[in-house]
Amino acid sequence: MERLEIQQALGRLLGPAGAEVGCDLCFDELDRYVELEVAGRDADAAVPGLRAHLEGCPACREEHESLRALVSSEQAL
Amino acid sequence: MSVASPGTVSAGERMSPLAVAPAPREALDADSREWLRSLRADGATRDDAIARLHALLLRGARFEVARRRPTLPHLHGDDLDDIANQAADDALVSVLARLEDFRGASRFTTWAYKFALYEAAAKLRKRAWQGREVPIEPEAWGVFSNAGLEPDAELEQSELLTTLQDAIRDVLTPHQRRVLVALALNGVPIDVLAERLSTTRGALYKTLHDARRKLRNHLQECGLSLDGRLEEEAD
Repeated sequence: MERLEIQQALGRLLGPAGAEVGCDLCFDELDRYVELEVAGRDADAAVPGLRAHLEGCPACREEHESLRALVSSEQAL
Repeated sequence: MSVASPGTVSAGERMSPLAVAPAPREALDADSREWLRSLRADGATRDDAIARLHALLLRGARFEVARRRPTLPHLHGDDLDDIANQAADDALVSVLARLEDFRGASRFTTWAYKFALYEAAAKLRKRAWQGREVPIEPEAWGVFSNAGLEPDAELEQSELLTTLQDAIRDVLTPHQRRVLVALALNGVPIDVLAERLSTTRGALYKTLHDARRKLRNHLQECGLSLDGRLEEEAD
């Protein structure tokens, strides 16, 4: 196992270091967070702990990436 | 969904004493106001709004299906469209049930889309694991013991990995160990595990979070803090 793989495995096992919200609060705040991001505003200041949760939760991360991509693509039209 | 029925905040949902202030109730944009007005109306106006909402949700669900399609080579076009339609149907029920929760922190369409993306993503993850055994036993711990490390990094890394492996075995409760191993080591999607264990995604993530805190604290007590390395990895 290479060093990078070990670091990635450690990251998955130990999760984010900082305080984070849970999946339900992440879902509640995701639309606001994404619109702030797409508008170039400070989404992390508005919703503290959500970024850390996205680092620790692959499912919420996927949904965040998808919503951001969808909102960005609609704005580009 | 909680994140089994979208948005029900479960006990212990907030992992730590974070102050996430609710977004101030914004003045709604004209489009969002119109969505709410027509969905709260009666008769044909409401029926038409629901049909438009379903079309919007189906667009969101198909967007998600298209993004995930390369990772699902065994699913055919009809299967994928069925999943998108089911996701749109379920999202429609959730959106209508939670209409009064919409507080204008985003546009209505962004708020509604997240339900469709959630439903589609969860269905795709479950479909990908359909019929597969969910590994929740620690056989995958061997991934660390077989590590072929470079000699210069070997000593420190070995101590770390051995301590971590011991902590997973000795410090965690059996439930925390099963959840951590399944989610973080074996890559089982959280909603798949939640379904198999008859629990919710929020409750499982709380268990995972508590297990991770225990391991971090244990490593720190052993003088093996990892924060520097993991921050590098996260960048």
